Amino acid sequence: MTASSTKRESFDVRILRQAAPGEPSRWETFRIPYEPNLNVISVLQKIAAMARNAEGKETTPVAWDCNCLEEVCGACTMVINGRVRQSCSALVDRLLEEHEGEIELQPMTKFPVVRDLVVDRSRMFRALEKVKAWVPVDDYYDRGAGPRESQESQEERYPLSECMTCGCCVDACPQYSKVEVERRPNESIEEHQARQAEAEKSEFLGAAPISQAMLFNRHATGAMLADDRLNALSGPGGIQVCGNAQNCVAVCPKEIPLTTSIARAGRQTTVHAIKKIFDR
Amino acid sequence: MAEQRVLVVGGGLAGLAAAMKLAELDIAVDLMSLVPVKRSHSACAQGGINSVNDTTRQLGDSEYLHFDDTVYGGDFLQHQPPVKEMADWAPKIIDLMDRLGVPFNRTQEGYRDQRRFGGTLFKRTAFAGATTGQQLLYALDEQVRRQHAAGKVNIYEGWDYLGPIIDDDGRCRGATAQNLVTMEIRAFPADAVVLATGGCGLIFGRSTMSMACTGSAASRSVQYGAKYANGEFIQVHPTAIPGADKLRLMSESARGEGGRVWVPRTPQDTRAPKDIPESERYYFLEERYPKYGNLVPRDIATREIFNVCVNEGLSVEADKQCVYLDLTHIPREELDRKLGGILHIYEKFQGVDPRDQPMKIFPAVHYSMGGLWADYERTAAGGLMPGSPRNHQTNIPGLYAIGECDYQYHGGNRLGANSLLSCIFTGLFVGPCIETALKSLDASASDAQFDLLHRAERSKKEMEHKKLLEAPTGGENPYLIHQELGQEMTKAATVVRVNDQLTAAIEKVAELHERARKCSLSDTGVWTNQNVMFTKSLLDMFPLAKALLKGALARDECRGAHYKPAFDMPGVESTDPTERRQQAELWCDKFEEKNRKWLKTTIADFDSKGDPTLSYEDVDTSLIPPRPRLYGIVGGDIIESVWKERQVKKTESGAQGVEKPANGAAEVSRDPVPANK
Ligand SMILES: Cc1cc2nc3c(=O)[nH]c(=O)nc-3n(C[C@H](O)[C@H](O)[C@H](O)COP(=O)(O)OP(=O)(O)OC[C@H]3O[C@@H](n4cnc5c(N)ncnc54)[C@H](O)[C@@H]3O)c2cc1C
Ligand code: SF4
Ligand code: SF4
Ligand code: FES
Repeated sequence: MTASSTKRESFDVRILRQAAPGEPSRWETFRIPYEPNLNVISVLQKIAAMARNAEGKETTPVAWDCNCLEEVCGACTMVINGRVRQSCSALVDRLLEEHEGEIELQPMTKFPVVRDLVVDRSRMFRALEKVKAWVPVDDYYDRGAGPRESQESQEERYPLSECMTCGCCVDACPQYSKVEVERRPNESIEEHQARQAEAEKSEFLGAAPISQAMLFNRHATGAMLADDRLNALSGPGGIQVCGNAQNCVAVCPKEIPLTTSIARAGRQTTVHAIKKIFDR
Repeated sequence: MAEQRVLVVGGGLAGLAAAMKLAELDIAVDLMSLVPVKRSHSACAQGGINSVNDTTRQLGDSEYLHFDDTVYGGDFLQHQPPVKEMADWAPKIIDLMDRLGVPFNRTQEGYRDQRRFGGTLFKRTAFAGATTGQQLLYALDEQVRRQHAAGKVNIYEGWDYLGPIIDDDGRCRGATAQNLVTMEIRAFPADAVVLATGGCGLIFGRSTMSMACTGSAASRSVQYGAKYANGEFIQVHPTAIPGADKLRLMSESARGEGGRVWVPRTPQDTRAPKDIPESERYYFLEERYPKYGNLVPRDIATREIFNVCVNEGLSVEADKQCVYLDLTHIPREELDRKLGGILHIYEKFQGVDPRDQPMKIFPAVHYSMGGLWADYERTAAGGLMPGSPRNHQTNIPGLYAIGECDYQYHGGNRLGANSLLSCIFTGLFVGPCIETALKSLDASASDAQFDLLHRAERSKKEMEHKKLLEAPTGGENPYLIHQELGQEMTKAATVVRVNDQLTAAIEKVAELHERARKCSLSDTGVWTNQNVMFTKSLLDMFPLAKALLKGALARDECRGAHYKPAFDMPGVESTDPTERRQQAELWCDKFEEKNRKWLKTTIADFDSKGDPTLSYEDVDTSLIPPRPRLYGIVGGDIIESVWKERQVKKTESGAQGVEKPANGAAEVSRDPVPANK
């Protein structure tokens, strides 16, 4: 804690707000009484309770997403002082050191804004479906234990399996672009989602699902779908789109070795392509 | 008849397990959740999941002993057949999770590794790094995604369950829910509705639970006639890191590795902790429990920390209750090696290095043992009847409850690493039970005859929503009321319970409920209005809060996590052998009397205003006769021997109605094990 922050009485939070998709966005500033050890979530809770901006004008509470508040559910991602990260583990004292007197919050940049800091990340879950990120067991009856696994293999899989689909990696990726399909009047939630899914079909999958594909290819039973996964990674929006900028690995809050996964995916898809030629 | 469907509400471990099992049985499933299922609270569990396993078996462990530890730890308040069934299933469940790809820690040879948890002698706990809950949740999430890809499960994420839809015959035919983004309210026709909506920690303001753990779904169901059971049983964890937004769990291993708990002898001493000399530090656990020191069992640690702050006014800070948990006397390298992971959590959220400065910790609400009342059908052998439509059904036909939101498995107190198990078990087990239930129905809730019912219930919910949005301005602030409710509940109904305080709290909470009805909204919009959704869940916290307080006030005894000093039974203090014996006899008399009176499930029924009435139900303890829980009690040895003699006499005189377990294990008797030794 710096000397200046212990004496501080209040600080400002500048938030990029948007009432709904298609609406213009605008900045609004809130003044928060200083307390030590706040995080961005507790600041947003205070804003919700006071519903008044720095000029003292009444305003609607800012909308945001969160659940676990322990950096394990992935819900609370936003762009804080210009960097995409989890708001539950973003500490005010640190942020004020980074940027004196003011904290800036923006929604993630690569996903459709729902309202204020809430974005629609369903594209990330759809991507997991595309790469078949699951183990294809026969059934859920009792058939004894799974395959035996070396400590080495477990230690390789475990970090990949910590991915909480927060989206930091794709938000920071230069090759990942926003796809937003505007809702038509009277369109149902399902119809809109279906059109959104269609529009992003050949767009880049992003680092997280590539890494998940590698996680399941590494598992003895999971590998039975390895070819399907490699087909998905070789298709449009697949591994070839990655420009190797390595932004993803720098922002991942779980420090997942994404570039290692991407490199491995590159090798596996190459071998897979050659195999396909010879199998023809 | 239209296709029958099941609506699963909640996508934590319990809900996901139910959805995937139902899909396997070829039943159409709609899975609904407030948060994307992968972000459910189950992800927070760190420790592990229990089952007997091949190695513990060779040391004498069995399913029966796991069952025994669970009911003993729960102070015998659970019906025993469901617990027995769960313990029997446990090894199969771990095997299944292993097949699904959970990266469990491995031994050198490649087998699953296990660790030991509180309340048992055996290394029963399988774990995946420090994120077991997350790993289990993901494995189930992946299977449900697979079933979704196969067209067997529809997923509705970002929907808030508003209540069941009940027909004239009292059968549940679906549920209403509201979309958090568009605010649309829909009726979901369903032939069975399964609630898997987790705990209710937010009633206490802040807890170790996630923000979706409001208990709203359970509350909305009791307001339609579902019963709530054992609401007063709430587990409080001794060491959490108090934060402005959440109380984050600090693992017991910090004390296990030599952490010392203390407060300055001068109240709110302003000096930096390291400037306070030893003689001015109060190591209250070490002083009061010289034998166990900082490693006293969980409930005792919790009570003492609470007491030193609340009653003795020795909290480290004036405006916040906390004590020091000090590791700074241990070399850094040793700390890094043994406690690296958990110290990182403290550093990340507090911005302070616990290797340099003592951590500030305080007990926090952690788990709801109570929950929706659910039925079961028992077999002659004492387990659950597979496929019986009664299993896990609430008192409303067609409405089921599983996971943390039901009350069945943990009695008065939950053992560590048993909850993840009960969640997955109930999810898998309920599938075939619902299958049977659906087969017995001669209609589908999607048939045209139910259209009117569904439409009427939807309009009712739309009206209620509209009314909230139209509340006059200048009224109460829902966020501030939530804070007040949390303070009141934490003060009166967590660690130590005193009847005067509970009576006062009941009055205060009733008052808060009235005020909450006069909330005005700072947002009256019709798009992604979190303000109105929060206000709804706040209003729904009151019925459960009231049941909890009322149950606690009525229960004049100590059992499991429910501790009332006025009704504590002190141990045997005397050193004279005859007197000791007499005192132990008396103790056992009192214990039997207490069980006659209070070995009962508390059941709350609610009126239309959300006010509870209590009644009591006998507990099925036919498999393992209740015995005193003697964790660390003075004179525990003599009490135990007197108790055993009585049991022998009872068996000899051929006590009626006490069924012996099939495997004759009733004679198994072990020394009581302190919870965290
Ligand atoms: C910090 C912490 C650590 C823990 N560690 C362990 C451990 O090591 N071992 C162990 O066995 N147990 C542990 N527990 C307990 C265990 O994690 C929980 O009891 C368990 O995960 C609960 O799972 P669930 O499926 O019942 O509910 P949850 O995982 O809480 O899921 C509830 C679901 O219901 C949904 N929902 C809630 N309300 C609504 C609504 N109104 N409408 C629609 N959907 C709704 C939510 O979106 C969510 O999907 C721990 C608990 C905590 C707090
Ligand atoms: S390495 Fe690839 S995936 Fe990662 S940020 Fe760069 S382009 Fe994106
Ligand atoms: S890989 Fe890392 S940054 Fe990307 S979604 Fe997973 S946890 Fe988030
Ligand atoms: S709230 Fe779960 S990651 Fe921040």
